[in-house]
Amino acid sequence: MIGPLVGVLFDGFAYGMLLFLLSVGLSVTLGMMNFVNLAHCSFAMLGGYVTVSLMNDLGWPFFATLPLAFLAAAAVSVVLERVLYRRLYRASDLDQCLLTIGIVFVSVASAAYIYGTVQQPVQMPDYLQGSFVVMGVNIAVYRLFLVGAALAITLILVAGLEYTRFGAQVRAAVDNQRMARGLGINVGGVFAVTFALGSGLAGLGGSLAIAIVGLDPSFAFTYLIYVLIVVSTGGLGSIGGSFVAAALLGISDVAGKYYVPQLGSFLIYLVMLGMLMWRPAGLFGKR
Amino acid sequence: MQKLLIGLGSLAAALLAASPVHAQGAIKIGLIMPYSGQFADTATQMDNAIKLYVSQHGDSVAGRKIEFIRKDTGGIAPDIAKRLAQELVVRDKVDLLAGFVLTPNALAASDVSAEAKKFMVIMNAATAIITTKSPYSTRTSLTIPQLNETLGAWAYKSGVRKAYTMVSDFGPGHDGENGFQRGFKDAGGQIVGSVRFPVANPDFSAFVQRAKDLNPEAIYVWVPGGVQPAAIGKTLAERGIDPAKTRIFGQGELTEESALKSMGDAGLGIITVYHYDYNHASAMNAAFVKAYNGAYSRNPDIYSIGGWDGMHLIYEALKKTGGKTDGDSLIAAAKGMKWESPRGPVSIDPETRDIIQTVYIRRVEKVGGQPRNVEFDKVENVKDPFKARMKK
Repeated sequence: MIGPLVGVLFDGFAYGMLLFLLSVGLSVTLGMMNFVNLAHCSFAMLGGYVTVSLMNDLGWPFFATLPLAFLAAAAVSVVLERVLYRRLYRASDLDQCLLTIGIVFVSVASAAYIYGTVQQPVQMPDYLQGSFVVMGVNIAVYRLFLVGAALAITLILVAGLEYTRFGAQVRAAVDNQRMARGLGINVGGVFAVTFALGSGLAGLGGSLAIAIVGLDPSFAFTYLIYVLIVVSTGGLGSIGGSFVAAALLGISDVAGKYYVPQLGSFLIYLVMLGMLMWRPAGLFGKR
Repeated sequence: MQKLLIGLGSLAAALLAASPVHAQGAIKIGLIMPYSGQFADTATQMDNAIKLYVSQHGDSVAGRKIEFIRKDTGGIAPDIAKRLAQELVVRDKVDLLAGFVLTPNALAASDVSAEAKKFMVIMNAATAIITTKSPYSTRTSLTIPQLNETLGAWAYKSGVRKAYTMVSDFGPGHDGENGFQRGFKDAGGQIVGSVRFPVANPDFSAFVQRAKDLNPEAIYVWVPGGVQPAAIGKTLAERGIDPAKTRIFGQGELTEESALKSMGDAGLGIITVYHYDYNHASAMNAAFVKAYNGAYSRNPDIYSIGGWDGMHLIYEALKKTGGKTDGDSLIAAAKGMKWESPRGPVSIDPETRDIIQTVYIRRVEKVGGQPRNVEFDKVENVKDPFKARMKK
């Protein structure tokens, strides 16, 4: 009895961390900067394609591709931010939605043009494959790695935003732009860097996720719904909130599928509904 | 100004006069496929094969030129498929309809085929009943019961007595589940449990764990092609389900080329049933795969073979009718047609207008260091068992 329960908890937590890795970047761009960035998963997809290309075509080791996935997504996002996003920081949510959903369509078509519509082969190195058994619980190595990566990223982000000078500037620029500008903070520059950080995290999340969820041009749309659920349930502007929400959603999803498979993936939406009725601003939301 | 108007007017008149002659000369084929969206790759592969067939066999048949009009459904969209079929028939005046990767779209367009009496060639959509919806439709792909009932019966014959089934919760998944369970139970096997998971399911760990806890002798899996086969294959391996002890059965999508590449060694030992694989050993298939690779730098798959044989059927039927394109003549010509396809011998059942073909049982093995689907058993001349029962 205990074995399956612990197993379900671990699998659920690992699935939650997968969702968290995909959505943590969005809790930076949407959550902190308040920009409705529906193109988030396009950056994740970009990261995924960078990893796949480097591994399959150039034979790079998996870990070496991760920084590049981050950098590529960040670099592309800076260009887009300076050219397009910047103009809409003060526009309405609807305008931001229209712009970014357009970018998603463009990214899907570009990916299909460059890589074709085919499913990309993703093979992880041997030491990340397989599983081992601890006290009757089956632990998959890659899932354990995802949990570790998610914890590390959370720690780095929370510490960076709370305890560094740059973190303070970001929080100031987000909370009160005019005041921050008055204090001599280069708000435009801070926003650009923050946006690049969020998109870079998306790229990193994408390249970590593809081993489990696969990669084809529809990626940018398929996972959009999940990352929006995580960020809205966690509460805008809270990295910790996204973490907790992702863990809760992951565990309830896997537990639901294990114990009541008839409900299937409907449960994740039910949990989201319940949490948002209870706390409309999200678990840790301030606004 | 007036001269210009007169000039324009006469130009328009000339164009109008010219176009009907042109239309009568060419045979227009309306292709309805999901060229964009989640299923875009299936349409890419089917269209590749159609283009290859035309480039090899010439673009005219029985003295008439062949023209294609391509329409995109963007995915599962029966209303759009129906509208496109209507537009093709009414406005573009196509002579026949072809393509159809997805069942709901094929069903919707069948109404148009029946009403307008247009010959319709279904090149993939695999739900058994589709061909009953229009007396002018025929199919060059497969039916899901054709493959899966065969697999179920074969599984019992191979020694499995207790099986668990897990399938995607939508039409084709249910068909796969029903087909396998029927074939298996009719042979004497017992189904110890089953689960249906959502079609868009990013993580299979919970479902696989549930199956594993029941410790069945075999697990039957049905998922649509694309992202999911690799995902579920990896999860099976990750949970420590060893195909040598717990047999894993599935329809060929489970171990399609791209899925095998992602699964690596995790896929070894999985047994699938399919009607075509690019590794099938025959001179005709070798030539087909070579030409396909030459043109598109990738291997053909079941969508390609459905498109290829669909074009073959269209060309041969047109030759038989001498270029006549009305639905009655074409379907009469198609009934009972037999030919050698890269997948092996196939024919069109004169009663049901559905395909009769050899069904292959394959196991994933390493060939030259790469995982491949290796055919090790086959059942010849399999008819769609579902429609055979409908008659009774």
